[in-house]
Amino acid sequence: MTIDFAPFALTLKLATITTAILYLIGLPSAWYLARTNTRLKPVLQAVLALPLVLPPSVLGFYFLLAFSRNGFLGGPWERLFGHQLAFSFDGLLIGSVIFSLPFMVHPLQAGFASVPRNLSEASYTLGKSQMETILRVILPSMKGSLLTGGVLAFAHTVGEFGVVLMIGGSISGETKVASIAIYDLVESLDYNSAHIYSAILFAFSFLILLTVYMVNKRLDLR
Amino acid sequence: MITLSLTKPLMGSDGPFELKLELTIRPGDLLTLYGKSGSGKTTLLRMLAGLERPATGRIEVNGRVWFDSTARINLPPQKRRVGLVFQDYSLFPAMTVRENLRFAQTRRDNTKVDELLELTGLSELHNRYPSALSGGQQQRVALARAIVREPEILLLDEPLSALDGTTRTRLQDEILRIHAKLGLTTILVSHDKQEVFKLSDSVAVMEHGKIVRHGTALEVFLGLVTSNKFSFVSTILSIRQVDVIWLAVIGVGNELVEVVFSEKDMQELKVGDEVLVASKAFNPIVRKL
Repeated sequence: MTIDFAPFALTLKLATITTAILYLIGLPSAWYLARTNTRLKPVLQAVLALPLVLPPSVLGFYFLLAFSRNGFLGGPWERLFGHQLAFSFDGLLIGSVIFSLPFMVHPLQAGFASVPRNLSEASYTLGKSQMETILRVILPSMKGSLLTGGVLAFAHTVGEFGVVLMIGGSISGETKVASIAIYDLVESLDYNSAHIYSAILFAFSFLILLTVYMVNKRLDLR
Repeated sequence: MITLSLTKPLMGSDGPFELKLELTIRPGDLLTLYGKSGSGKTTLLRMLAGLERPATGRIEVNGRVWFDSTARINLPPQKRRVGLVFQDYSLFPAMTVRENLRFAQTRRDNTKVDELLELTGLSELHNRYPSALSGGQQQRVALARAIVREPEILLLDEPLSALDGTTRTRLQDEILRIHAKLGLTTILVSHDKQEVFKLSDSVAVMEHGKIVRHGTALEVFLGLVTSNKFSFVSTILSIRQVDVIWLAVIGVGNELVEVVFSEKDMQELKVGDEVLVASKAFNPIVRKL
């Protein structure tokens, strides 16, 4: 019996790119949230945390509306890139980024807040710019949070189902990620393959978390 | 020469007050800011370092204006050439001792780092991370890091307050030695009178954001210009009665001295009091060591 590994490859690709984009978006947003005193902060935090509490189907439904041909994102996208945003890998990617955003931003924000302000001030008095201070002093002092944010975002993207189901469908090689593949297999009563797929995901998730906790323990010791 | 004239409204524990002071510091001097916590000492250091902005005033250091509210000059901390040692040391946790020092350099220069490690007695520890150092060792790293850039002013914010007695004395000697050797102009915040007496060329006593007295430690604390006495700030450690007199053990620096108290002394002195122990210096025994 042969196993189709395409869904796993797609899942890894989606999770990797999502995590990379989330670092780019997450670091500045978390920095801003950790340092700002604006009165809008609770609003910003609430918006950011929404994906945590909303049912994925609700998010997926709104994404579907926005990504569709007549949606405010889907329309311009199709004119620009020549294909529909919904039911495409790109759409899946945008959905994943938004859906996993709090999993990246929360640890990073906590990380930024945990680095004493004195450290940046010491760096400034030693002649270093704010950028250099962030890169050489602050980020290295919160390695644990950087790792946690990345892994949570990655793992959460691997495990997402509801949103993908709504906006991705199940197009092989384009939107058929592992969790969807399992659902399809169960629907078609192919429990054997479903077992194998599930076991792989199970072991994979466990290994990721195990690595995180082991590495984090080492980082904490320093 | 360093001249400051600054104001800034501050919030104290018993309501708002204004920091308003003028101060001149000669190059090579070690000036101590003495006063209760909340009197504005740390704020003054932070304003000098450029970490806090005064409301009005002017800071001039060796002919260069660092801050002037009327001319709208306010150099950022990066351009001020100060060495600041924080109360909690603020070493970079992800860097080794050597990396902490190297971080402060604009140009990589390992010999210079080695010299500083040697000067502060840290050569053996250069590969350790700050978390693996004792308080006194961390303090040394902070001090070494602060002088890497050859600052025009060294600012020490209660650098020894978290250390035990012996380490403290040792580091006081070390600060004195480094201050003298490198010819630094240093401002030290302290509320330990012994430390003030030992270290400072001059003392500025701060209360509620103002300098209420300024002079040598003797002038400020005793009203004396010169002295024909040995005098030490000390603490009464214990008192016990022997027949009609009382014997008190007094800690002077690292030494313990037993002195006799009369009944009159007993009325105003008790264990734990900070006292000045003085003796006429007419016929001291001076012997070469």
